[in-house]
Amino acid sequence: MPVCAVRDLVKTYPAMRGRRGAAQAPAVRASDGITLDVHRGEIFGLLGPNGAGKSTLVRQLTGLLRPDSGGISVLGHDLVRHPERAARLLGYLGQESTALDEMTVALAVETTGRLRGLGAREARAERDAVIDELGLADLTGRALKKLSGGQRRLACFATALIGERPLLVLDEPTTGMDPVARRAVWAAVDRRRAERGVTVVLVTHNVLEAESVLDRVAVIDRGRVIACDTPGGLKEMVSDEVRLELVWRDRPPLDVPEVAALEAAAHTSGRRWTLRLPADRARSAVAAVTAGPAFAALDDFTLATPSLEDVYLALGGRAEGLVKA
Amino acid sequence: MQAVAGAAPATGVRDEAEAAPLAPSARLVPALVAVYRAQLSRARVARIPLLFVATFQSIGIMVLLRGVVDGGEAARSVVSGSSVLVVAFVALNLLAQYFGQLRAGGGLDHYATLPVPPAAVVLGAAAAYASFTVPGTVVTAVTGCVLFQLPMSHLWVLAAVLPLAGAALAGLGAALGLLAPRQELATLCGQLGMSAALLLGVLPAERMPAVIGWARDLLPSTYGVEALARSFDPHPDWVAVGADLGVCAAVGVLSLAVATWAYRRAATR
Repeated sequence: MPVCAVRDLVKTYPAMRGRRGAAQAPAVRASDGITLDVHRGEIFGLLGPNGAGKSTLVRQLTGLLRPDSGGISVLGHDLVRHPERAARLLGYLGQESTALDEMTVALAVETTGRLRGLGAREARAERDAVIDELGLADLTGRALKKLSGGQRRLACFATALIGERPLLVLDEPTTGMDPVARRAVWAAVDRRRAERGVTVVLVTHNVLEAESVLDRVAVIDRGRVIACDTPGGLKEMVSDEVRLELVWRDRPPLDVPEVAALEAAAHTSGRRWTLRLPADRARSAVAAVTAGPAFAALDDFTLATPSLEDVYLALGGRAEGLVKA
Repeated sequence: MQAVAGAAPATGVRDEAEAAPLAPSARLVPALVAVYRAQLSRARVARIPLLFVATFQSIGIMVLLRGVVDGGEAARSVVSGSSVLVVAFVALNLLAQYFGQLRAGGGLDHYATLPVPPAAVVLGAAAAYASFTVPGTVVTAVTGCVLFQLPMSHLWVLAAVLPLAGAALAGLGAALGLLAPRQELATLCGQLGMSAALLLGVLPAERMPAVIGWARDLLPSTYGVEALARSFDPHPDWVAVGADLGVCAAVGVLSLAVATWAYRRAATR
């Protein structure tokens, strides 16, 4: 039995009436027939740019938003019928920290533990354990809003961990974090998975993170799952292609026929062209631009094997909004 | 797994026997205490300057009116109105702003994804804001008694007025903050409520036109003001004080119930 089973989920945000001077916003189908299964002990990622419908999906998983139709089952409980059970099954890290901002780190973690049903003594003990585990010990007495973005995010992550749950739903947990904090997050996740088989559903728009930490990825675009596989499996879909990036000094030398031929296939951004080509075509393109007048106009070029971003683009997604960091 | 394309749409019903056990919910009282503690510490960090503003505003009003009012009935209503105004400022105005901001900023999600009874969140926050008004109210009442030479022997009535008026106004503030469609409207409603408490509470009732008198009767803080004003009498009419406090309590229960309903509505959309 999957830990989390989503079937044909549909959620439409109604059209917003335009205010004076502003155009009417049309209805948006934020979840457009999403179906997926997440298995026990998996780190399952939802990858897509801003506005793809990741957070909407997650808000339905956590009982915050009611779907128009479709089914959600978490650990055998029907969350469409009983959304209030979500709080007793999963720990959620949202994108906002407004509720905790003016509390100290220690109090925010302890209070969340109490509200997750822990007794006073348990909550204090777990608070200390989680704070030590994440390396927050020096910050316990500071108010969350006085912390840097990454530290605050880490403190919020601590509130998601206290009061152990078999499923963690994390909406962009590492936003703004430095590498040390990121490592602390992934180490904490791995430990829970190894010791208790905790399952993680993770929203990200960071392709590098997705490639390194996720067991499986659902690529989401415009409210649909356009692919779902391991990061390696997804990359195999485009393994016969490579990515060629060309940066021109000033303007592309379109009078060179080989360059002119490449123009149609290029995704242009300022002086930069990005091309996805079969390996043999990429080789001849490199040969063409590294000789003669084209080379004189060339500032820089890179040739790389495909990343999840290339998979995403090959599947017809919009590139904007994915982060490579 | 593969995206289970084409899988039959689930009926949504599974055999609940194979379902994992649910973690226990937080119980009402411990959750309320936890929210109360957290809110009190938040308020301590963020609201102390505002509490000073509330107290000085009330004391300033009394000082101003001292030149106009010369003891008697009017003095009593000025002092009790100014004292309850501190409660209105914090419990009504600031709590409406807080819940409006929490709702607009997505902060309610944090509570909504924890197994905590809605009443615990609302009552905990309301109680914290109400108890935060205690020092300001006491300081204002004592200062007023000194300024207008009123007897302080029955000032202990404050111990009943504060929680009851606090409950009524905090419930109202929380409900306004949670029901207002936009954050700015929540702030505006809180401000208007406080202005009403100021104008209708501080000024003596008998000099007002009838319409304003009715508005005064509708405002929950009025009954707290009246109860406190009566206690400045050398021989207070305790039945009337009790009746006023009874109205406060009833409005308090009602407004907190509405606020809890509003929270439930705002937290799950």
